[in-house]
Amino acid sequence: MRTWPKYAALASMAALMIWPFLWMIGASFMDLAEATTPSLSPWPREWHPENYAQAFRAAPFARYFLNSLAVSGAIAAAVTVTSIMAGYALARLRFPGKRMLFAAILATMMVPFEVTLIPNFVLIGKLGWYNTYLALIVPWCANAFSIFLMRQAFLGLPKDYFDAARIDGCGHLRFLARLAAPLAKPAVVTVALFAFLGGYNALLWPLVVTTDESMRVVQVGLTVFAGDAGVSLNLLMCASAIVILPAAAVYFAAQRQVQEGALGAGIKA
Amino acid sequence: MLGLLDDFLERRARARGHEGWTAALLLSPAVAVLGLFGVAPLFAAFQLSLCGGKFAMGGYVGLDNYARVLHNPAFWKSAEVTAYYALGTIPLSLTLSFLAAWFLFRIEYARSLFRTAYFLPYITPVVAAAMVWRALLNPRSGPLNALLAGLGLPAQQWVLEPRGILHILTGGLAPPEWGPSLALCCIIAFDVWHSLGYGMLVFLAGLSAIPRELEDAARIDGAGTVQVLRRITLPLLAPLVLFLLIVGGIRAFQSFNSFYALSQGGARALGTTENLVIHIYSNFYEYGDWGYGAAVAVLLSGAIAALSVLQWRLWGARTSQR
Repeated sequence: MRTWPKYAALASMAALMIWPFLWMIGASFMDLAEATTPSLSPWPREWHPENYAQAFRAAPFARYFLNSLAVSGAIAAAVTVTSIMAGYALARLRFPGKRMLFAAILATMMVPFEVTLIPNFVLIGKLGWYNTYLALIVPWCANAFSIFLMRQAFLGLPKDYFDAARIDGCGHLRFLARLAAPLAKPAVVTVALFAFLGGYNALLWPLVVTTDESMRVVQVGLTVFAGDAGVSLNLLMCASAIVILPAAAVYFAAQRQVQEGALGAGIKA
Repeated sequence: MLGLLDDFLERRARARGHEGWTAALLLSPAVAVLGLFGVAPLFAAFQLSLCGGKFAMGGYVGLDNYARVLHNPAFWKSAEVTAYYALGTIPLSLTLSFLAAWFLFRIEYARSLFRTAYFLPYITPVVAAAMVWRALLNPRSGPLNALLAGLGLPAQQWVLEPRGILHILTGGLAPPEWGPSLALCCIIAFDVWHSLGYGMLVFLAGLSAIPRELEDAARIDGAGTVQVLRRITLPLLAPLVLFLLIVGGIRAFQSFNSFYALSQGGARALGTTENLVIHIYSNFYEYGDWGYGAAVAVLLSGAIAALSVLQWRLWGARTSQR
């Protein structure tokens, strides 16, 4: 096969993949009349950057953002810590029942989330956690896949490092905190990134455990905003662009890490 | 602080001959969270499915909820929607992502540019991307109907259209209730667009693991592109295809965000975009029928587990043959 048909096929497919984003950005800068005039072109006749300020005024998006960043940041931090600790124990420590426990942790990957949804909702109610950050954060503070990933990373470290540290008087805790965790940095970054994105993209759980406007995360806020009667299309496109921005920023800042993590994360589903 | 604790645990470990205390300390946070929110709910879901009550956990009702599920046409409709969705998204997404990877693997320039373009939808939040698609598919102001008008075709209702796609494509020959509705097809197209980049990445990794010499040798023996593809590339990628089938199958049974965000407010196109997870969500959260929702969830988990075991068996048989 010659070269140019391949480029042509790839480019036309890429155009289809990208076009919705271009259209979103274009429509977010149009005035309402132009945005609602059916047209394939994303290029605005007149630019209205003030739409973005207006979108922030139309709904408390700043608050939604703070909630989302706080929740996904806390989840990322917690998942990283619990996975490093549990992963290290499963990789390096000798204790009775280790294989059983590891198998049990892996088995939780097979539990579909819809079956845990209703019982967890009931449990959150019993704990009195509705409309709190605790409800949004705590259930996601550990997951089997991240533990598995960290275990594999620690298994990959040479055993000599530990023996050398031991001669210097280090036990497991000091070795983990000072050497093993820093050495496993690529895995740590992947785990943190995916925990963050997972928390940021979540919709169903925040939808059921929060009803207060002040507790809404951006994904819930966006669906509520879109469902409001009389919301203007150009402002909705502004809001969508703002919601996409952090995820896109994470991707472009750590492209390689995200792609490799995604390859591994598929095993989780 | 850390030092003191560390010394204490080391002494314990030496005295006992194993490192149980250190392990307990390191494992307890993860085990507590997983146990409380990952394992205990399994049993609680089963218990809930045997109880009545509205917006609360009521008394024991035996298998009543299960009987209600199996006699509810809306449940069977949502199972049908889920099946159409799986049969639509998985083959389409696999084929397109393979083609993208295959072409990408064969070009020299702008590879990472194309890869980024294809992967971009996958990393955008489903809800935000769905808002854009809803605007594109808006029957009055959306550009897609403008495109149809330009081609001289009739305008469509897209995500609001409950009539079957076969009915529309055949100009009314097929009955409107046959096959997936146009609204469901829009959701399928959206999810193919959104998830294609992931499959592409998996296939790219697979393609770069195939030794170059294999293909070169076949070429010298006179094999054309199609033969190389059929005899070398595809058989070697078979384990990856099966992996993507499993992942895609499980995802198809669990998808919620795209269904919720794309068909919100449209009465779910007369139920033609209500899949099993939406069915659970609306019964449990909107109608407060906890027992019914739990019963559907338990049945669904059983189905997913059975499907995974089946696929696992097939996969095992496939890989042990080599």
